Amino acid sequence: MSLSEPITVNVGPQHPSTHGVFRLRVTFDGELIVDLEPVFGYLHRGSEKLAEERTYTQVITLTDRLDYVSSMINNQAYVLACEKLSEVQVPERGSYLRTIAAELQRIASHLVATGFLLNDLGALATPLMYCFREREKILDLFEMLCGARITVSYMRVGGVFQDAPEDFWPAFKTFLEEMPYYIDEYEQFLVGNEILLMRLKGGNTVSKEQALNASITGPVLRSTGFSWDLRKVDPYEIYDRFDFDIPVGEQGDNFDRFYIRLQEMRESLRILNQCFKQIAPGPVRANVPYLYRPPAGDAYGRVESPKGELGFYLVSDGGIAPYRCKIRSPSLLNLSAIKEMLVGWKLADMIVTLGSIDINMGEVDR
Amino acid sequence: MYGLGILKGLTVTMRNFFRKPFTVQYPEERVAQHPRFRGEEFTWYEERCTGCASCAKYCPLGIIKIVTHPGGEHVSEGQEYAIDVFDIDIGRCMFCGLCVEACPYDALFMGSGFEEGQYSRKDLVITKDRLIKADKKPSTWFRPQLESQQYNSQSESPVDWENAGREPWPYHMPVRPQSAEESLEQGEETK
Repeated sequence: MSLSEPITVNVGPQHPSTHGVFRLRVTFDGELIVDLEPVFGYLHRGSEKLAEERTYTQVITLTDRLDYVSSMINNQAYVLACEKLSEVQVPERGSYLRTIAAELQRIASHLVATGFLLNDLGALATPLMYCFREREKILDLFEMLCGARITVSYMRVGGVFQDAPEDFWPAFKTFLEEMPYYIDEYEQFLVGNEILLMRLKGGNTVSKEQALNASITGPVLRSTGFSWDLRKVDPYEIYDRFDFDIPVGEQGDNFDRFYIRLQEMRESLRILNQCFKQIAPGPVRANVPYLYRPPAGDAYGRVESPKGELGFYLVSDGGIAPYRCKIRSPSLLNLSAIKEMLVGWKLADMIVTLGSIDINMGEVDR
Repeated sequence: MYGLGILKGLTVTMRNFFRKPFTVQYPEERVAQHPRFRGEEFTWYEERCTGCASCAKYCPLGIIKIVTHPGGEHVSEGQEYAIDVFDIDIGRCMFCGLCVEACPYDALFMGSGFEEGQYSRKDLVITKDRLIKADKKPSTWFRPQLESQQYNSQSESPVDWENAGREPWPYHMPVRPQSAEESLEQGEETK
């Protein structure tokens, strides 16, 4: 029997820990959460509708802005859907460049997730800046590849827009040599940290059944012990050629979600090293006209984005623009079990859980 | 033993105390920028532009405005149309570079700067006069001919249209053709 009356508090839409404009209507009993309702749509830009009035190439620029910390992978998901639609064969080197870009982006996105989780935990700015130090190097590599750092628009239907410049490869090699040291540094600083373990271990669990029922994917699903990674179970592009593992957690708590990301960075580095060895000279782009008309039909292209399964469902009526473009965004669906994760826990756990799920509002609201 | 943790922490502090900072003092120092950087202030060569408006057509936002009239005293490689208006509203531009990719005559290049802030939105529209007067410091984005010259807009002087080179080969095509005639044939096939 509680002595106080429940009180409803509005967290957001501009709360700094919500990683964007995201609002939570939370009912507290004292400090315990008794009810919670997420409200989103503040960053809705109508990307799906906008895609209907742009040509297939122009939609690539829209996909950059969905999950703005992993634009390369958004591009990849979209062009894969287009290629399924029109049955384009991507040249080998094009696929390798795409894989390199996507895996670099995965590391960058996980660095952002790790940094902001620690920011939410109260370690203000210092760990975040450590993570951003390495992210900066990845963004420099992207600038060499495609001239932009965030809104890359790098991939085209049938490959990538242009081959990597010559000075990309030495810089990439240096990055591959340096990065394991930095990941070791994070692990040394963070995983052995008692305060971090106390805050993250055992809390806000989600069970395997709950996660599967809520169609949660990505690190949040893998943290429950369910090994599901589209790069392994449905290898797109050239992922079946690489040797890598899928890190899984045990309990599905905040710590597992955080730790899986650190381990996935190592796996991404393994893939990148193999890419660097295997890549051979050749064309990077298939012969797809700029203004191309895929045959009428539909296709669903999906990739394993840093947040989970990102899919583009395209319906074509044979014209120059998609008739319908549906985006299956992992961030939105990963939020669907947030009530189960949070009810019964305290206010401070809510902030940490939001950080460990790693949502991105650009993708939630689209 | 008390104080061991503090000492351990201080060694980390001391280690970082002597290393070089990762940041730079921006307005005075600048981070080196790759020649491929897609910057503001487009480089446009009026001698090359025929007013075909491919760039305007392929722009996802439709922010390029081109008005032409046939014939006239304007001297260009194409000599088909005289260009009256060539406005790029960079207030709405997202620098995706699709216009540069679309240009069949290599007349439009991405710029290299990034400090084009203005006090009013009206000034953000780059007009034809401004494009002609501006320093021609193109980015090598999607222009392999400039990239093969190792042109770097940060360290080198502006290039005019004759030195910027023309890429005869439609380089989105998978295999580089041997001769110019072959490239023309393949170009027709793609159309």
